[in-house]
Order: sequence, then C-alpha cells, then structure tokens
Amino acid sequence: MSGIVPAPVARQPWMMLFPLFGLIIFGALVLTSAAAGNFDTYAKSHLMRFAIFFAMAIVISRFNKPTVQWLTYPGYIAILLLLMAVEIVGQVGGGSQRWLEVGPIRIQPSELMKPAAVLALANYYGGLPVGMVPNWRALMPAGLIIALPIAFVLLQPDLGTSLAIAFGGFVVMFLAGLPLRWFVMAGVAAIALAPVAFFVGLQDYQQKRVLTFLDPENDPLGDGYQITQSKIAIGSGGLFGKGFNEGSQSHLNYLPEPHTDFVFATMAEEWGFAGGVFIIGCFGLILYWGLRVAKAAPDRFSKLLAAGMTATIFFYIAINLLMVMGFAPVVGIPLPFISHGGSSMMTNMICIGVLMMVNRWNMKAPRTGLIVN
Amino acid sequence: MGLFGRRLRKNKPRDLVSQTTLDNAFNRRTFVIGAGMGGIGTILAARMAYIAIAENERWVLESESNRVNLSLIPPRRGWILDRHGAPLASNRADFRVDVIPDRMQDPVQTIGALAQLLELSENTVADITKKIDDARGFQPVEIATGLDYEQFAAISVRLPDLPGVVPQRGFSRFYPTGAAVGHLIGYVGPASAEEYEERPDPILITPGYKIGKDALEAQFEDELQGTPGARRVEVTASGRIVRDLETREDKQGAPVRLTIDGPLQDYAARRIGLESGSCVVMDVENGDILCMSSMPSFDPNSFSAGIGRVEYSMLRDDERVPLRNKVLKGLYPPGSTVKPMHCMAFLDAGVKPEEAIMCNGGRRVGNRFFNCWSNHGRVDMAKAIYQSCDSYFYHFAQQVGFEKVAEWAHKMGLGEEFDLPVISQFYGTVPDPAWKMRKYESEWQSYDTVNSSIGQGYYLTNPLQLAVMAARLATGDKVVPRLRMDEPVREFEHFNFTPEEIAYVRQAMSDTVNGPGTAGRARLPFEDIKMAGKTGTAQVVSLSVSDGKTGPWKYRDHGLFVFFAPFDKPKYAGAVVIEHGGGSGAAYPIARDVMTFMFDPAKGMEALRPLEEQWGGTAQQRLDAKYRAYAQAAGEVVEPVPQRTEQIFDQVEAEARLAQRQSEEMAQQATPSRNEGSRAPSPSATPQAGGGE
Repeated sequence: MSGIVPAPVARQPWMMLFPLFGLIIFGALVLTSAAAGNFDTYAKSHLMRFAIFFAMAIVISRFNKPTVQWLTYPGYIAILLLLMAVEIVGQVGGGSQRWLEVGPIRIQPSELMKPAAVLALANYYGGLPVGMVPNWRALMPAGLIIALPIAFVLLQPDLGTSLAIAFGGFVVMFLAGLPLRWFVMAGVAAIALAPVAFFVGLQDYQQKRVLTFLDPENDPLGDGYQITQSKIAIGSGGLFGKGFNEGSQSHLNYLPEPHTDFVFATMAEEWGFAGGVFIIGCFGLILYWGLRVAKAAPDRFSKLLAAGMTATIFFYIAINLLMVMGFAPVVGIPLPFISHGGSSMMTNMICIGVLMMVNRWNMKAPRTGLIVN
Repeated sequence: MGLFGRRLRKNKPRDLVSQTTLDNAFNRRTFVIGAGMGGIGTILAARMAYIAIAENERWVLESESNRVNLSLIPPRRGWILDRHGAPLASNRADFRVDVIPDRMQDPVQTIGALAQLLELSENTVADITKKIDDARGFQPVEIATGLDYEQFAAISVRLPDLPGVVPQRGFSRFYPTGAAVGHLIGYVGPASAEEYEERPDPILITPGYKIGKDALEAQFEDELQGTPGARRVEVTASGRIVRDLETREDKQGAPVRLTIDGPLQDYAARRIGLESGSCVVMDVENGDILCMSSMPSFDPNSFSAGIGRVEYSMLRDDERVPLRNKVLKGLYPPGSTVKPMHCMAFLDAGVKPEEAIMCNGGRRVGNRFFNCWSNHGRVDMAKAIYQSCDSYFYHFAQQVGFEKVAEWAHKMGLGEEFDLPVISQFYGTVPDPAWKMRKYESEWQSYDTVNSSIGQGYYLTNPLQLAVMAARLATGDKVVPRLRMDEPVREFEHFNFTPEEIAYVRQAMSDTVNGPGTAGRARLPFEDIKMAGKTGTAQVVSLSVSDGKTGPWKYRDHGLFVFFAPFDKPKYAGAVVIEHGGGSGAAYPIARDVMTFMFDPAKGMEALRPLEEQWGGTAQQRLDAKYRAYAQAAGEVVEPVPQRTEQIFDQVEAEARLAQRQSEEMAQQATPSRNEGSRAPSPSATPQAGGGE
C-alpha cells in the first residue's frame, strides 16, 4: 500500500467490504424498485438496518479470542434456552411461533443459533485433543451441540433454519478433520432415510413444495406458480435487463415476495444477466475472503470459526439462488445483504463481524504454524 | 473403554492424527469446500445465463403474456328480423357478472358474497354452484345478467376481495315477444364443454359470449355470430387493469330477415291461449311462412339468461310439452283435413264431381260395413267436403286405390320434409301398401284404406305440412315454403288441374265455413273476404278409452283446421292444430281470429282482448304468473337442470315419438271420423253404433 492511505484504513478488509457495500447499495436500488419505485418502503430501512448491524459487526470484531471462547458455551446455552422458551410460549399461546417479543425488540433465537452453533462447535473441536478427533466418543458432544438446536428449530417448524444449522455444523466437522468415511456413511444413511423423512418428517405443505419443485409445470397456478414466475422474471431480463423500475413481473405483482425471497428475480428482471453476475461475483469475493481468513487463522478454533461462518453465509446464498432459478424447492430463505428483512441481516452481519474479528486476530498474531492454541 | 481402545489401536495405522495431518486436512478440505462453493456459483451463473440469454425469447413472451391481457370482446349478435324489419331477436345493453372458477380462491365464500350483493335465491345459488362444479376451471360461469348499475358498481368496488369475479358491461339477447317466438327462434347460451372441445376458440370461453342453442339461433349461428373485438390491457397478477394498450372494436353479426310477420306470430301465439297447439300461416303466392306459432312455449329471454332449475322443472313437468316445437315436431293424424286433398286425387283419377253415393250412416267396403259419423244421404264431392262425409271417401278411396291417394298426399306436401333452415322437422307418415309392407310386413287391408281415406290410421302429419297442403289446394300450385327473405322466390310448378276443378274444391271448402258446412263459426267478420277451410278431428285413443270430448285432457281428440283466404282469390293459407282440443271446434275459431287479424288487426285484437282477460293476461303474463306459482309451490326441492341443453330436447323428442306410437296402435282398427259440425249437419247426427258421435 502506498503511503497515501493511512494505515488504519488500509488495514481494513477492503476485499470484503467493497463487495459488501456494493451489494447493500445495489440491494437498496432493487428494493426501491420492488416497492414500485418507492425508496421509503423497503430500501430506507434496509440501509438503516445495515448501518446498525454493521456497527454491531465492528463491535463483534473487537472481541478477543479468550473472551469469545469464555463466552461461547454460556452464550450457546442461553440461546438454546431461548429456543426452548419460544417452544413453550408457542405451546402456551397455541400455534407455532418463531420469535420472542421483549418490548419493541423481536428476538428470533433460531437466527442467533446459526452462528452460535458454529461457534460452539468450533470451540469444541478447537479444544479437543488432536488424537480424539477421529474418536466416536468425541463425536457425541459435537453431535449434541448440533442436534439439540436442530430439534428445537424443527419443532417450530422451520426447515430452512434447521438445514442452515446442520450445514454449518457439517462444514465445521468436515474441516475439523473427522474421518471421511463417517461423512460417506452419513451420506448413505441420509439417502436411505430421505424417503422416510419426506413422508414422516415433512409437513403436507412442505411435501407439496418438494413435489412441485420436481415438477413445477404440474401446478402452474399453485405452488409451481412462484418458481415459474421467478423464472419468467429472470429469463425476460435478458443480458442487461428491462431497466431500473421497468420490471413488469415485480411491478404488476406476478412475482411473489419480490422484496424478500425472490429479490434476486426482481433484480434479474431489471438488471439482467449482468446484474446477476455482479451479485454472484460480490458474493464470491466475500466468501473467498472468508475462506482466506480461515486459512490464515493461527489456530484450529479460529480456522473452524471463520470457515463455519463463511459456510453459513454461503448456505443462505446458495439455497436462495438455487430456489429462484428453479433448482431447489421453495424454502423461505432470503438472499443475504439484498433481501429486505432484519433477522437475516442480523445473522449475516454477525457472521461478517466474526470473520472480521478472526481477520483482526490474524493480523495481530501472524500465523507461525507452530503455535498451538 | 476396552472396545474403543482396541478399535482405536486397530485404526491407528490409518487414522494417525496429529496437528499437522489435521492442518493438512483442513487445507485440503477447505479447498474442497471452496471449490464446491465456486462450483455452485458457476452453476448458478450458467443457469442464469441459460434462462436469461438462451431461453430469453420464451420468457420474454411469457412475461408479456403475463403483463398484457388480451381480452376478447364478445361480438354483438346479429338481429333476427321479421319480414318488415322489426326485431324478433335483438340485443340489449346490460351489466353482467361471471366468475372464472380457476381464479377463485374460495368459491363458497365468493359465491356467498355475490349472492348477498345480488340478492340471489337459494335455488339460484345451488344452480350456480353446480355449474361451477361442472364447468372446466377456465370456463366462465354466469352468475347474473341484467344487473342494474348499483349492483354492478357494488361488485366492481369489491373486486379486490372477490378474485375470479368478472363484472362486465355487455349485451344480452332480447326477444321482444318472448314466448311467442321461443320455438321458432330458439335461444342462446354459453358454449358447453363439448362445444369448446370441438372448437377450442378462446372466444367460446369469454364471459358473456353466447352461441345459438336451438332453432334459428343455432341454425344461423355462423351469420349471427359476428367478429369478436379485442382489448389489450396491462393487468396485475390479481387481474386489476393498470391501463389500456389498444382496443379493436367488435363487428356485429349480420342480421337475418325472416318471412315471419312478427305481429301475426305474436297474435297467433296469444290467440292459442290456454290450449296447446300451433298455428301456421303462409303466403300462397310466394310460399312465405308468415307465422309459425307453437304454444305453450318457453320464454327465450330467461332461457338465454340461463335456465333456472325451477323454470326448467316447471316446463318439463307440463303435460303440454312447452319445450316441443309443435309446428315442426308435433305429429297428428290429419283427420278430415285431408279430405279436400283426397278429392283432388279422385279428380285426377277421373272421378267426376257430380258422381254421388248414398251415405246410409256408413258404407260397405269389401265385406265389412264402416260407419260414417252421421247419415248424410246422397253425397257428391262438394257435400262430401263441406259435410265431411266419411262414406264418400271410403267408397272412392277404395275405387281409385289408396296408392293413387297417397301419391297425391305426397304431391300436396304430406309426409314431405321441406327445405327450410330448421334444426329438425318430423315428416310423419302417408301410409300406402308398399309402406305398410316395408314397415310391418303385412298386407294392406281394406280397413287401412278406410282409415287412411279419412286421415286416420297410420296417417301422421305436422302442422306445417297441413298449411302447405292448404296452400297447394288453394292455388293448384306446388307452393314451397320459405323462411328467409333473402332466398329467391321460386316459380312454382302448377298441378295439372283445370281452373274449374280448383274452383270447385275452393267453393266446397268455402261452403264448409260460409255455407252448410261443419265450420260455420269460422266465418270471417268481413262482407267481402271469405275464408275457405276444412275441419278435422283426430282421435287419440280408441273409443273404449274416451269419447274424445271429455275426460282426461290427454285422451281428448285433436282439433284441426286447414284454411285459405280469400276463398276465390287465395292469398293466405294455413293450418291450426289444437292438441286434445276435443275436436275441430277448438281449432277454427283460432284460424278465424288469426285471419281477421291478418286483414284487419284492430278487429283481430278486439276479438283477442276479452279472451285474454278471461284467461288471465297475455301468454307471457300467464307464463310469468305460472312460474311464480310453481316456484312458490316447489319451494327448495327442485331438481337441477340437465347439464347439456341437448338433453332437454332429447326428452321432448322421445315423448313426441310416444305419441306417434299411440296412434299407430290405433290404426289397427277402423276409426270413423268424429263429429265435425259446430252445427248438427242433419237431424240424424246422433252417435252411430261403434262409430263417431
């Protein structure tokens, strides 16, 4: 870096921040259009939320490793208790519920659980004696860390979040060096159990979604409608789109949820393939940076933590984009940094904050490879 | 512990784990994860490129078809006009509401809301619900037509809460004379699922579009249809119109002008009154059909607005079959009305008018004695006609042979189908030996000649044929009926009769009315115009069942009358057939009044008004009153209308055939004709043993 840029500025992870700001600003544009050209409806709160959660991310990034490790389990347990509380309040109140209301703030513990589970698992494998990693007994606590929140979230029921937690857990365990054959066995078991899970585990409407996903033309006016409309929006955008505020699919309400789940389709209709490449590119840079942070981390805990957070962000992106392009069933998972919605913004910004934190640790203690923990 | 220990040891060579191996594994696996992410990113980008670039055209098209709604504007139907250009069927601007089942989210709730707004009865709601269940989802189902502006506005403002509801301003079919033209014109209705399958034209499922369902409306469908207009609008997903893009006006269907005289048609229908019957009037000079009334009828206005279950069940339960067009599909033994025509056959066979026989209350034919309905003494041709003596016809039919007579019956139009633009006509039967052999494989018997000679037995004709026969008798021309004004007037072939012969029969038929004949009360109230005619009474069941005049309605004799006027220079000819009227006395007063109306409408109306007062209003008023009474009595337990309109008429035709069978059964025995006179022709007009009355 030349001397023009002051060191505190140059120190910042611009490789991630530029794409992030790009996505947020682009997201505000798309949300303006999703509100039929009205900036105040979605875009304003989108930017304000980002400002708040970005401040939060910076605060997170200031934490020291020992503090984090010391806070990990109590925090995890606290969030687990909140999850149980949601379940109990839901039961008492009748009907399922996903959040707790404390005054004006609405806490959705399942969202907090995504980073918390990754954190707990990273902490667990970070502290596990190396020799114990391929040990069956060592798998049990890790399994519990993952399985308990999944169970509670499934009870809500919230399939998307359960899958997100499971995915984060899987990535951490995979990178922790667990024997490959366990994953193979788990994979085989999952395939074998899939039909059972489909018929026993899924709600009627979820089963229908999966079936619709497999054959969207079968039900063009029902569930397949959403996917079809999304494809129409993306496909009719062409190379450069119909132009800002010119999307007929979103403006005439053909596109379901044009500001949340299907925001990518809203974007693609007006900005075309070029806009899509921009978004995918930005995400690619952020994720690449995340993995680089993980790789550069000096110890197992930091490595696993950073990789797990990257995976969590990735999961959102991948499932959402696969869904809007008709590659996955309709699950209510928003697109990070673009979709309008507080809880997803919070989760993703926690992940970003944690990544920035690990990045700061990396800079303070350059990797030697010899320091253990 | 031991187990794990052993396993650990056993696995050790493979799973030798150290910080370094884990670090290596982490790097390797991070690479795998990163590659996986990159791979998915690439797949997503490729997928997007495929949808947005390779398939762009298809999706642009779909997006356009989403955005732009091409709604067809149902064309206004061509009018059906009478000979003077007055509309028998026209269009009336109105407001209507349809629903498209596919687009309704909660049909029960939506229909409930509509029922409340439009104050629909429970029966109507049940009808609509059934129609919605039966319809294909994309087919619009009519909720109501003829709404007033307030109702229309009330629905329009609630549209966002009523998905699938389509309120429209449009045109509905209007028949000014209602029931009077029901059978003649038919009615319109939305295309059925079958019709749409046959011709999957989107106009067929456009709300408000109707096609001809019966009679002329169906027959002239292609001409009346018109060309639909189209409106391109930008719509939201919920169907709200954002703005108009472009509009192409519809092109109204061509009018069809009939030879029918509208007022006469209406008058005849009303004059039939409480009876069940039909009246046909023709112009003998060009064959124009001036009137084809068949009553009781249905109101095509309410049929076109969708047949309600109450109304349908009322019409179905009526023993007077208001759903059957009696002019074309009513078959009746012609009775004595064929006698003048048989005389023409005799003339052609060389019988001289002066040749006379003695009627001794009957006549011996072969080795059996057949009764006449009276003892007429010495009877020549003229007396045989105006006194309707059966014996004369027994004798001469036997003498010339019935083949000869049947040949003339066909020439005069009986048993013939006419080249008319109608959906169907029953052409009946003119019996002859060859026909009987073909049909029953039995020999022609002398009693067959006897029965047939007086228009009984196997003889079956429809009222139109009788009218054509009257026209041909009156002119000696082979008058061909015509229903469309734009068809060329044909030059009629002339039968080979001398003017004297024709004048003789005319005079005899005039005497039926104006002289010592059987229809004295049929005299026209004009000094200078005289009507000629011939009465007929057709027995429906054998004498052992009923005397034909009293008793259950359906056992009473049919009353028939064929006529033409003025007798010496015929202009109009026609026929009146009253089902179960109890004799020709029910028929000729109607013919008299219809012809009076023809020559002097004021006098005709003078005759009709007191009658209608007595009957309780015009035909339409009575139909409405009857409907109200029926609906009240029926309450909520009314069966739904058959889904296909064809079924309604299939049933009617089945019944028509039943009536035909009945008369065939009767033909197995000798049937002298019934008393024809409104006045007793002679003192000895008392019932003869086994004969008429």
